[in-house]
Amino acid sequence: MADIDLEKRFDIHEIAKNKLAEIEKFDCNIYCCHSTGCKSSGSDDILDLIKSIVAEHNLGERIRIVATGCMGLCAQGPLIRVEIKGQKDRLFKRIDLAAVKNIMEKFVIPSVESGKEKAVDSSIEPYVLSLDLPFFKKQEKVVLKNAGHMDPEDISEYMARGGYLALEKALKTMTPAQVVDEIKRSGLRGRGGGGFSTGMKWELAAKVPTIDEKFIICNGDEGDPGAYMDRSILEGDPHAVIEGMMIAAYAIGATEGWFYVRAEYPLAVERLEKAIKACKKNRLLGNNIMGTDFNFNIDIRLGAGAFVCGEETALIHSIEGARGTPRPRPPYPTNKGLWGKPSCVNNVETLANVSKILLKGADWFASFGTETSKGTKVFALTGQVEHSGLIEVPMGTTINEIVNEIGGGVPAGKKLKAVQSGGPSGGLIPVEYMNMPVCYEELKKIGSIMGSGGLIVIDDSSDMVSLAKFYLDFTVDESCGKCAPCRIGGRQMLALLDKINRGKGKKKDLELLKRIAFAMQKASLCGLGQTAPNPVLSTLKFYESEYTNKLVDGKE
Amino acid sequence: MADASLGSQAAAKWRKKRGSLIMALHEIQDVKGYVDWSDAVELAENMDVPLARIYEVLTFYNFFKLKAPGKAVISVCTGTACYLKGNDKVLEKFKSELGIDEGESTADGMFHLQCVRCVGCCGLAPVCVVNGKTYGRMTPENVPVILNEWREVFKEN
Repeated sequence: MADIDLEKRFDIHEIAKNKLAEIEKFDCNIYCCHSTGCKSSGSDDILDLIKSIVAEHNLGERIRIVATGCMGLCAQGPLIRVEIKGQKDRLFKRIDLAAVKNIMEKFVIPSVESGKEKAVDSSIEPYVLSLDLPFFKKQEKVVLKNAGHMDPEDISEYMARGGYLALEKALKTMTPAQVVDEIKRSGLRGRGGGGFSTGMKWELAAKVPTIDEKFIICNGDEGDPGAYMDRSILEGDPHAVIEGMMIAAYAIGATEGWFYVRAEYPLAVERLEKAIKACKKNRLLGNNIMGTDFNFNIDIRLGAGAFVCGEETALIHSIEGARGTPRPRPPYPTNKGLWGKPSCVNNVETLANVSKILLKGADWFASFGTETSKGTKVFALTGQVEHSGLIEVPMGTTINEIVNEIGGGVPAGKKLKAVQSGGPSGGLIPVEYMNMPVCYEELKKIGSIMGSGGLIVIDDSSDMVSLAKFYLDFTVDESCGKCAPCRIGGRQMLALLDKINRGKGKKKDLELLKRIAFAMQKASLCGLGQTAPNPVLSTLKFYESEYTNKLVDGKE
Repeated sequence: MADASLGSQAAAKWRKKRGSLIMALHEIQDVKGYVDWSDAVELAENMDVPLARIYEVLTFYNFFKLKAPGKAVISVCTGTACYLKGNDKVLEKFKSELGIDEGESTADGMFHLQCVRCVGCCGLAPVCVVNGKTYGRMTPENVPVILNEWREVFKEN
C-alpha cells in the first residue's frame, strides 16, 4: 500500500477496481494455504519454491501466487489450489517440495503456456484432491467465503471482493437504528456459544447513552480445546471482522474497539495488526471515516492462557490488566463494562457475519437455517473422522450430514459412537441422534450446546468415563477459584471420577456426582462453573453402563 | 536510558496506554522467555502498578513463566483431538526420554517440557510444538528423532 498518498481521498471503489483489473491480467492463480495448520506442515517452503519456479520460467506476469487463509481440509495439508483461465480448477493435497516441482513443471507451467490443460500424470495423480468431494459440495460458505481465495494481508484484495461496501452502506445510507434493526431481523445469534440475539444485544448497548466513551469488544479468546474457527477467520479474513466491528460501533455509538485475542495465536494477531494498520493508512479508522462524522479506533489486547477469560466479565478484567475472574451479572457489560463504561462484547464469527447481512439483507441471511437458528455456522470438525478440518454449513444441517458426508465418516475399521459439541461446557450427541439438525434449541434438548463450534467425532474405541474426566480435568485446571461451587465442586467431582476409573467406585458415588453437578450448575458464578459438569452429566445420561461397569457394586 | 532494562523498556512503551499491564508482560517474556523478579520490580516502579498486582497477574495466567525455561521448549498439545488420537503416549515418551515431568526442565537446561491447551492444528493431531516449530501426526517413535534434531541444532550454535 506504499504507493497510496496519505493526503489523497481514499475511494474504496477505485481501489477495488484497480485491484480487480490487476488480478484480471493474470492467466493463472495459485492459492497456497498459509494458515497455522498448513504452515505447520511446511507451506512456507512450498510457497518459496513455487515463486522461484515461476520466476525461473519468466511467468511472473501470467501466474499470480497468493498466500491465503485456511482452505478447510486441514488434515490433507499443505494444500494448493490452481485456477487457470478456461480450465478446470485443481486442488492438490499433502504436497511436499518434490511434488510441488512436479506439479509446477509437468502440469501448471505447460498448461499455462499452451493454454490447454495438460493431462495429470502418475507422478501428480496421488496429490490430486477432487473438488467434487461432499466435503466441498455440501458446504455453504458465508463467513469463510474469502478465506482460501485471497491474500488476507492485502486490504485492496478484500475491497476487490466487496470489502468495506457494507460499512459504506451503513455510514452513508442508514441510521444506527436501522443497522440494529437489520441485524435483529436477520436472526443472527452470538456465535461464541451463548446464542443471544446479536441485534438485541446491540439494541441494549445502543440505548445506553454514550457519555464520554462506549466500547465494542471482539472476543477472540477461543479457548475450547479442539476448536479453531475464530483463529481461522482472523487468519483468513481479518478485514471482515474489523468491518463487522466498525458497523457494530456505528450501530451502538461506540467510540473505541478492542480485540481480545489468545496469545497462543501469533499468526492471527500478526494478520490482525497488519489489517488494522492498513485500515489506518486507508483512512478507514480514525476521524471522519469515509467523509462522515463517524470516528473510531481499534486496539488489540492479548490473552495469556486463561480459559475463563472467554467469559465476558473476566475478559474485561483481563483487558484492564487484572486477574481474569468473572463477576456477577447484572450489571451487564452493556451498562457497565470496560473501565465501568458501557461495552458490547461480540464473538469473532458473529462480527464476521455482519457485513454480509448488511449487503445482502436480513432476509437473505434468514433464508439459511431453521426457525430459531439462522444463517450458517463454522465448525472445527476433528477427532476420529476422515476429513478433519474447518467447515461451514447452514444451521439445520444434520449431524449425520456433517460427520458422514462432509467429514467422510470415521476411518475404516471403527464405528461412530458419538459426537461432542461445545467443548468442556458441552455434551454428547450419541449415534442414535445423528439425524438431529444443528440448531441452538435442538442441541440443548439432549443436554449439549452449540458452543463455539468444536465438533469432536468419537469412535467406539473411546471410553466415555475417561473422556468426561478429560474435560473435567480441563475445567478444574482452568477454574479461576473465585467462587466455591466451581473451585471445590469441580475438584470433588474429579476425585470421584478418578475413584470410579480406578475401579473403587460405588453406586452411591454416582448419586454424589449428580448432586455436586447440580449444585455447581445452580450456584457457580459464571458459565465455566455452571457448565463444567455437562460432559459428566451427558456421558452419565447416555452411557451410564460404562460407569456402572467400573463400579465395585455396579455389575449385575 | 542507554542500558535500560527490559522492565523499564516495556513500561516506557506501554505506560501511557490503557489496559497494558498484560501487554507489557508479554513484551518482556517475548524477549527473555520468562519474567523474573527484577523485571517485575522495574515494571512496577515505572508503570506505577503495585508489585503485588503484577505478581497476581503473573501467577494467574498460565502463559507467563517465572523461571527460565530450557533452550528448547517442547509443548505437547492436550486438546481434545490430540487426546483422542493418543498424545498421552507421546507425552509419556517425552517424559521417559528426558527423565523429567511436565513443567520441568532438564538439568543441562536443554529441554523444557510442558503441556499446552489446543494449539489449533487439530487436523494434524496429535501435535507437539518445539520452539515454534510444529510437528503433526506424532507417534512415540518420533520422539527420539525430534529430540536428536534439536540436540543437533544446539550443538551447531
